[in-house]
This record gives sequence, C-alpha cells and structure tokens, in this order.
Amino acid sequence: MTQPVLTSTGESLPLPEGLPGIAADLSSDQRAFKNVPWGKAMMWIFLLSDTFIFSSFLISYMTVRMSTTEPWPNPSEVFALTLFGEKIPLILIAIMTFILISSSGTMAMAVKFGYEKNKKMTFILLLITAALGATFVGMQAFEWTKLIQEGVRPWGNPMGAAQFGSAFFMITGFHGTHVSIGVIFLIITAIKVIRGDLDNERPGFMTGRKGKYEIVEIMGLYWHFVDLVWVFIFALFYLW
Amino acid sequence: MAHAEPQQHGAEGQQHAHAEGQQHPIGIYLKIWGLLFVLSAASYLVDYFHLQGYLRWSLIIVLMLLKAGLIVAVFMHMLWERLALVYVIVVPPVLLMVLLGIGALEADYTFFTRGVYFFKGLL
Repeated sequence: MTQPVLTSTGESLPLPEGLPGIAADLSSDQRAFKNVPWGKAMMWIFLLSDTFIFSSFLISYMTVRMSTTEPWPNPSEVFALTLFGEKIPLILIAIMTFILISSSGTMAMAVKFGYEKNKKMTFILLLITAALGATFVGMQAFEWTKLIQEGVRPWGNPMGAAQFGSAFFMITGFHGTHVSIGVIFLIITAIKVIRGDLDNERPGFMTGRKGKYEIVEIMGLYWHFVDLVWVFIFALFYLW
Repeated sequence: MAHAEPQQHGAEGQQHAHAEGQQHPIGIYLKIWGLLFVLSAASYLVDYFHLQGYLRWSLIIVLMLLKAGLIVAVFMHMLWERLALVYVIVVPPVLLMVLLGIGALEADYTFFTRGVYFFKGLL
C-alpha cells in the first residue's frame, strides 16, 4: 500500500468584508454565518423571534393605553414603597433594574472566563448570575402580591383604566417566565462547567452534540436578551 | 495539577478563540457595566424629579436606546460579529416600526370613537 499523497490546497481565501461580505455570506454554500457556532446563530434567530413577541406585547400595551378614556394609573405612585418612613417612588423597580444589570455583568464575565477554560471562575460567576436572577424573580413575586392585595386584576383595578392590570400581568409575567427559565438553564450550565462536561466534550442531556464552551456564550446571549427586554419594559411601562 | 491544566490549554484556547470564540479584556465588560448603572440611575432620576412632557419622553427613549445598544453591542458581542449576522438580526426589528404606526393609528381612532359613543355624560 502506498501512502496517500498530501496535497496542499493552501490557506482558504480571506472572507470579504462590508456589503459584499453580507452578499457573499448569505449566498454561500453550507453555512451563511461564518465564524459563529451553529448553536449561537440559532440562539440569535430564536431571540429575534422573541423580540417580535415582546414587541407585540409592548405595542398592544401602547395601543390600549392610548385608546382608553379612563385615566391611566400613575406607575410612579403604584410602584412606590414606604422605606424608613418615607415614600420613595418606583424604588422596588429601580432595585430590580440594578439587580438585572448586575447579573448581565457577571454573565458577560462568565463567558469570558469560559473561553479561557477557567472552570472555577465560570462556575462561580454563573451561580452569581443565577442567584441575582432568582432575586429578581422573588422581588417580582413580591410586587405581584402587593398589587393583587391592592385589588389590581387583569380585568380592572381601583386606580383607573382596567387595561393597566392586563398589560402589567401579561408583560411582566412573560418576562418573569423568561427570567425563571434562564435561572434554571444557568444552573444547568454551571453544573456542566464544574463537572468538566465542556472540557471532555460530553454530549448534552437531550442532544448528541458535544459540550463546548460556546454553550456558555449561547446561555449568555439568552440572559442578556432578558436584561434587554427589561430595559424596554422599565422605560415604556414603569417610567412612562 | 489544577493550575497546570488551564495553562496547557491556554495556547490552544487562544488559537481556537481567533477562529470561533469571543474573547475580550475584562475591563470592557466592567466599563459597560458601570455605564449601564449610570444610565439606569439617570432614567430613574427622570421619574424621581418628576420631569414631564417632551423632556421626560425624549430622555426616557434616549436612555433606553443607549442601554439597549450597549447590551447588544458589547455584552452580546455584536460589535465583533460579521456583518451578515448583524444585519440579519438587527434589520428585521425595524419592521416593528410599521406595527407601531398601525397601533398608534388604531388607538387614535378607537379613542375618538369612544369619546363620541361612550361619553358617560350622555348615558
């Protein structure tokens, strides 16, 4: 048997940049999204679809708020808390915002340490992110309880326009569900990291794909998206 | 042993990062984190000081878009992605402006008809 001859085809050509690069990437064979792992491109496309879902909620909220003839309850007062004998407007929501932004910061650093294959730091930062996320959900549960005790229902409330309740429970409920699912997946990812699944390329629970550190970044994309949605909810629902 | 292993993988990881991963100095994340804190505090202060009218409206929108931009660009690494991915993800949401416009038109019309037909003084 003769040895097969190695034929060098040289380095692959550099990818074109700018608009020609977009045309070349999207019209190319096999993979349109060069440089990114398949799972990451798919996560982006899922997030794009989720963007449309949340946008539909927020635009519906705008439509009902603009069309109601009843006065809209003032969020600044509805979400005020009395702390140390002083009534501070919107303070709970502000704290929730800072908690979620902090969790985004720790998530970004977890991704960085993940690509450095620093298992311990990635694990710790993922757990901190999950803990902050769980705190956020807890505060949201507190806020829901408070509003329900004050008589806010999806079909009406004592403060004004009935649509306030439906928009509030729908939008924050959907966002809270996203955060809760994120916390669960953060914990799963953290376990995968510390167990060494990503170093050993162990396949996942429901997939035959090998575990790689890119899953930390994909998890991060989802988590940052949850924070991103909150930025819009905070501005459009609470501050308006 | 535990210390030696990451070192060994270091060079390999670096090479891999150039091909696929997103590796950036930790400083940029901390700076953006700080900036997001400042912007959030600013938008909270808009409410705290009871700013009203167009000033409130424009400040809220500008701060919101700045925060969203920073999260997408840096935390989600869009700054460093190839343009094909950036355009595929960032351009479609522009279509939502159409839905926004339709919603606003519909809301104005509903408000008008409610004002005409559901005016409580007439009942």
